[in-house]
Amino acid sequence: MGIYSEIVKDTLTVYISGDIDEHTAPELRERLDALLNAGGFKRLLFNMGGVDFMDSTGIGMLIGRYKKLKRDNIPVYVEEVNKQMDKIFRLSGLYEIIGLVR
Amino acid sequence: MELNNYFKLILSGKLENESFARSTVAAFCTVLNPTIEEINDIKTAVSEAVTNCIVHAYQGKTGEIIIEVSIYGNTVEIKVSDTGCGFADIAKAMQPFYTTKPEEERSGMGFTLMQAFMDNLEVISTVGIGTTVLMRKNILRDVEDVRA
Repeated sequence: MGIYSEIVKDTLTVYISGDIDEHTAPELRERLDALLNAGGFKRLLFNMGGVDFMDSTGIGMLIGRYKKLKRDNIPVYVEEVNKQMDKIFRLSGLYEIIGLVR
Repeated sequence: MELNNYFKLILSGKLENESFARSTVAAFCTVLNPTIEEINDIKTAVSEAVTNCIVHAYQGKTGEIIIEVSIYGNTVEIKVSDTGCGFADIAKAMQPFYTTKPEEERSGMGFTLMQAFMDNLEVISTVGIGTTVLMRKNILRDVEDVRA
């Protein structure tokens, strides 16, 4: 699991790679929250292009970040979601709170 | 249906074994020539079942997880068992978004994903004895085999 981020025109884009499961989630959460706490953006975009696998742990992790940013009215989006993740996003209704950017 | 192939794996219920467990089951199923989507469905369901054993059944203590995979015709049967705490209200546990640990950012979608990604799911649990999750999936054969 790895993350890389950049802020361009008020959008913080976080590129996540590897597996998102119960094993990798604690470190991912910690690193994401460090970025979110640093601020300097008005919009968050998760780029999932490098994610090989995600299970329901990812749902909880994403909803947690969404809730954290909602307090400051910062919207969260997602892009490059693979077929397996898309199924999970649809089933859990995640797209209703985290919009898909095509 | 005749049993064509079988394996049994007993592993320590540690989080670092999750990836190994789902990848091993998926690799074993490749004899049925599944699609990438079917392989990912199996990986997701196994990951959910194994996570439940570690997080809920053993609650942070390390116990054994037993994974048995049987292939009958075009059907894969995956059994994931633990000897952890077990739970009484199976119907409640299987409800979407139901979680006993909301403070840990858990989604409560584990059983829902197992149900959605597999064709059949049975859960047997006894408090103090443990839980067994039995999942089946039919691997659809291509109508036309391009290698023929």
